[in-house]
Amino acid sequence: MIEFKNVSKTYDNGVKALENINLTINEGEFVAIIGLSGAGKSTLLRLINKLIESTGGEVFFDGISVTKATGRDLISIRRQIGMIFQGFNIVKRMSVLSNVLSGRVAYNPTWKTILGLFPEEDKQIAYRALKRVDILEKVHNRASDLSGGQQQRVAIARALAQEPKIMLADEPVASLDPITTVQVMDYLKKINVEDGITTVSNLHHVDLALKYATRVVGIKEGKVVYDVQMVDIKKEKFYEDLEIVYGRPVHHDEVLGDK
Amino acid sequence: MDKISVSKPKKFKRNLIILTVLFLIVASAWFAGFNVIEVMINLNKGSRLLGRMFFPPDLSYLPNIVDPMVETVRMAIVGTFIGATLALPVAVLAANNFIKSKFLHGPLRIILNIFRTIPALVLASLFVAVFGTGPFSGVVALSIFTFGLVSKLTYETIEAIDYGQVEALMSLGANKMNILRYAIMPQILPQYMSYTLYGFEVNIRAAAVLGYVGAGGIGQTFEFNLAWRNFDRVGTIIIFSFFIVLIIDLISSSIRKRLV
Repeated sequence: MIEFKNVSKTYDNGVKALENINLTINEGEFVAIIGLSGAGKSTLLRLINKLIESTGGEVFFDGISVTKATGRDLISIRRQIGMIFQGFNIVKRMSVLSNVLSGRVAYNPTWKTILGLFPEEDKQIAYRALKRVDILEKVHNRASDLSGGQQQRVAIARALAQEPKIMLADEPVASLDPITTVQVMDYLKKINVEDGITTVSNLHHVDLALKYATRVVGIKEGKVVYDVQMVDIKKEKFYEDLEIVYGRPVHHDEVLGDK
Repeated sequence: MDKISVSKPKKFKRNLIILTVLFLIVASAWFAGFNVIEVMINLNKGSRLLGRMFFPPDLSYLPNIVDPMVETVRMAIVGTFIGATLALPVAVLAANNFIKSKFLHGPLRIILNIFRTIPALVLASLFVAVFGTGPFSGVVALSIFTFGLVSKLTYETIEAIDYGQVEALMSLGANKMNILRYAIMPQILPQYMSYTLYGFEVNIRAAAVLGYVGAGGIGQTFEFNLAWRNFDRVGTIIIFSFFIVLIIDLISSSIRKRLV
């Protein structure tokens, strides 16, 4: 589904974010990417939909090169890839509905979307997406009036409105309290399991990775240093292994609940 | 407890700056021929003139200045509208986070800066020479001035938006036009409207004096009466203009407060 072939990324300021990444993510997986901040997790995620361009190697989505895609081809790749962010990144001065409908822009002619004209099917898709994350009653609210957890659910609904094959989540719960964290993660998991949407999420809390992911990939200094299927591993062994990723035992702030 | 001793703060630099500024003020006054004694002598003359203007003003003249005042406000409205409308697309092009091309931003910004730096009065006298006297020249001058002002403030606002929303729209497969519509405009629209209103406030004041160079409005009436030494009528014009500007300022700034 997603394939990294010898992918590297060096930023203009000389920082080597990723070095020679080879990684294949299969359909239906829930992959948690863990690692220290600055390890290259965000960069890895953004290479999948070319929000960041790689400086070496190639990324493939369903066999098509994302790295080489431009213009319309890139847009048709991107609309199949949903993404949610740590800062939610919904448009705060628009209604919840407009936000979710904006997930449909790449499926409609530009002159229509500029005028805010979306076909009835798209509205139905938007309502269904909002219902999926149990926030349909806020459909006409201004996005800025919602709490953080609600905003992230709107962001998930916007991504769902794309009818994506993959969901990318860049630290989706890092700005949320523990209770809403669990809610948001539950929604991501539900979508992954029920709709079969492949999910790749950067996670700061390793116990969330343990609870939700089917596979954990550890990144350290721009390299993949750990890659394990969660069915194959016991909890204690997993925590032991984390030293490989962090170079030290796990800090308690990297665990949300109890170890 | 031990007394903690800290080295004294270095005041030399600060003192030097104060002295330099003081020197510059005094030197400028001297070069400009500013003279306190002359001020004192003319104070008497000035107060007599003020007396003839305001004690009492010729309020019977008021009906005659309503039309020029309306023309002034119209000039400001039309000039603001044209200038601000043109400013929005240009601001989008001038912002360095929407289109990433140094060849575009550099020259565009220089042009915008030139427009913004030329006072409306200078522009107006230029256009009076080109288009002749009358409000049209004033409107052109105000349009250009507003364009420079609003485009500059707006492109700076565009550059300061939350880029996360742009990134999110990109991830959805949005093209440039959709990014503009869904990520940039919602973030800048209140500020843009606020700058436009601010431009309108400035323009009302500018429009009131543009008539001085023949560009229409109340300024023309003002200049005429001053030339004929109708000081009591001049007083009426000043009082009337003051109230109109004050009222428009109050309304405009209360709207602006609600916008942002």
